[in-house]
Amino acid sequence: MTATLGQLKCGESGTVIRVAGEGALRKRILDLGLTKGCRVTVIRNAPLGDPIEIAVRGYRLTIRRAEAAAVELA
Amino acid sequence: MTTIAIIGNPNSGKTTAFNRLTGASQRVGNWPGVTIEKKVGHIRHRGDLTLVDLPGVYSLSPYSPEEVITRDFLMQERPDAVINIIDASHVERSLYLTTQIIELGLPTVLVLNMMDDAAKAGLTIDRTKLAEALGCEIVETVALKNRGLDQIAAAVDRTLAAPAPRPVAYSDDFEHFLTAVTAALGDAVPAGQARWYALKTAEGDPAVRASVPSDRLEHAETLIKAYEKHADDDRLEIVANERYAAVGRLTETSVKAHETAGRSPSDKVDRVLTNKWAGIPVFIAVMGLVYYISITAVGGPLTDWVNDEFLGAWAVPGTREFLTAQGVDPTIIALLVDGIISGVGAVLGFLPEIIVLFILLTVLEECGYMSRVAFIMDRVFRHFGLSGKSFVPMIISTGCGVPGIMSSRTIESERDRRITAMTTTFMPCSAKLPIIAMIAGALFRNSALVALSAYLLGIVMILLSGIILQKFKGFSGRPAPFVMEMPVYHWPLLATVVHSTGQRSWAFVQKAGTFILLACVIIWFLSSFDSSMTLVDDINDSMLAAFGNAITWVFIPLGFGQEWEFTVATITGLLAKENVVGTFGTLFGLAEDDGQGLWATVAGLLNPVAGYAFLVFNLVCAPCFAAIGAMHRELGSWRDTGKAVLYQCTLAYAVALIIYQFGMLICYGTCGIGTVAAIITMVLLTYVVVAKDPFGSFRRQLGQPEAIA
Repeated sequence: MTATLGQLKCGESGTVIRVAGEGALRKRILDLGLTKGCRVTVIRNAPLGDPIEIAVRGYRLTIRRAEAAAVELA
Repeated sequence: MTTIAIIGNPNSGKTTAFNRLTGASQRVGNWPGVTIEKKVGHIRHRGDLTLVDLPGVYSLSPYSPEEVITRDFLMQERPDAVINIIDASHVERSLYLTTQIIELGLPTVLVLNMMDDAAKAGLTIDRTKLAEALGCEIVETVALKNRGLDQIAAAVDRTLAAPAPRPVAYSDDFEHFLTAVTAALGDAVPAGQARWYALKTAEGDPAVRASVPSDRLEHAETLIKAYEKHADDDRLEIVANERYAAVGRLTETSVKAHETAGRSPSDKVDRVLTNKWAGIPVFIAVMGLVYYISITAVGGPLTDWVNDEFLGAWAVPGTREFLTAQGVDPTIIALLVDGIISGVGAVLGFLPEIIVLFILLTVLEECGYMSRVAFIMDRVFRHFGLSGKSFVPMIISTGCGVPGIMSSRTIESERDRRITAMTTTFMPCSAKLPIIAMIAGALFRNSALVALSAYLLGIVMILLSGIILQKFKGFSGRPAPFVMEMPVYHWPLLATVVHSTGQRSWAFVQKAGTFILLACVIIWFLSSFDSSMTLVDDINDSMLAAFGNAITWVFIPLGFGQEWEFTVATITGLLAKENVVGTFGTLFGLAEDDGQGLWATVAGLLNPVAGYAFLVFNLVCAPCFAAIGAMHRELGSWRDTGKAVLYQCTLAYAVALIIYQFGMLICYGTCGIGTVAAIITMVLLTYVVVAKDPFGSFRRQLGQPEAIA
């Protein structure tokens, strides 16, 4: 099974292979730049463990781990 | 009249730019059918250039209401030009939107805003190269410092005179494919938008596809399926990848990032503010500070001054004297002074507190900390179908519910926004503090636990409502995803704080002026006259008292129905929650400040359980008219506002009933029909909370059609 963004720990990075899922959430994730070949890094967890803050395309995004699971990484 | 749309990502400084460009000419309204603000104005000194502010969006997808409004405006209204505001630190992501605007065939001026931040981050942007690559005019600005904005009008003029921009080029393979799709769609698409339609059809955009005749669509579909196979990818990813690849080519020669050592200043701040250990304590401290400044230190004392000095000592008696000296009829004087001036004045009296709250709220929003609040609290709210963004209105509501409700506007998901607007007043506002103080003082030996439990109850009620309301037709649907940009921190601009506070405070005043005026008059009238329309000296003889007496039995199961004064006090609380305690004073003929007298009286009339039930009922039931007005503004229709108020009162009744009956059972061992009623209510409430579709089975029993999920 490929790793997903939802599984990355703080400080870890990965390269996006594809984005699973469907509908508005998938479109939003792609629109925000998590596309094939893009490098993402997990910066931190929120104090309560979730959501996570990631660095992508030069800016910061927060996303819940459950939703980040749709992003498959190499 | 030339119409120009202003568009850009959220956090791009678009609002500041729009405000600075239009100045006093801007008018705020709503987009039709939704509660999203629409701002229109014209560029200063250029009355011929009308500016329409479109909601902040990342793309022109057909999903969120902001995106739909924006794309519909661009596709149907066809503005003469578009000013695209871009955060210069995030060119790549921003151009994703720009390329779509250009594909719509709209002349575009690109504004690289926040150039100072980009420079600090070590970015250099070759404006000429980028302008050439895109085929657009580019203006560099720092909207916050009013730099560069004066160049925009000239750029717009040049753009209007120039031919339409050429769209960005994709990979050869993809371009061939697009040509074929464009040919397949043929003349079924509006002029000038062929490329846009081809791209959206290829992407699988439901709205665009629905507007294309089915035979053309079928033909296009064959081509699309073939290409998906060829590229071994699905259409949505194909287009997104192509677009970002094209943006990459556009920026590779013109945008250069220097390898900046270490972390940005904003990141350093976040390491403290959102780290595992300090994050929550800092957050509590910040919220405590907001509360302290707005209620205790600044807002509260100012409000007290307005109420006690300006109104109580000067305006009210002064007007009364003046009118009496003029020989005006005493009844009219009473109407004007006791009804209108006192009533509206009391509400306007909370204006200082509200202004302070708005200032603090705007500062926190503008500096970027609000996003961190949502980030920290999301984990808790997620389980109740809401998101961390619902927490901010709750904080504000501990000061006053009106700005709290108004701040729910920032929540993107319409469902979450509506639920938050309806439930945020469960948090005890500062006007409810006197009620808490009275019950705590009279019946609980001033225990601080009473106040603490009130706040906890508020939070529990909100979370519970998140679950309950989801099960209603109007709020169904999957919980909104929480994907949010974390903007870089920056110092808020004084002008923005002033402007925003002014706008919001004025909205509050308008509510007070129109809606509450009417309510004040009605309550004054009912409390001054008896049913034969004669003026009464003693409020005990008034229509309001008669009404109170008539319906007070409703509250007997809650423990405070045996004395009609409590019912009447609750009703006057609708005007302003401070009135609840004030009315007791009037009704019992005592000064409210004389704690001993009033509290002793209350203690004589209610036992602690009944007193607590009274408190709970007043905390959860319908908020004051100002807040109801604010809810109306967010919910959009009186019908929905009425439903919201009904929900609040029903929940208040149910919870107070349960508390009173079980409290009496546990503390005094009394049992009766009321206990049975409370048990049934408890069971029903639990069922509604726990069952997956409690109203579905109810609807089926009634033979009604299934709700559309």
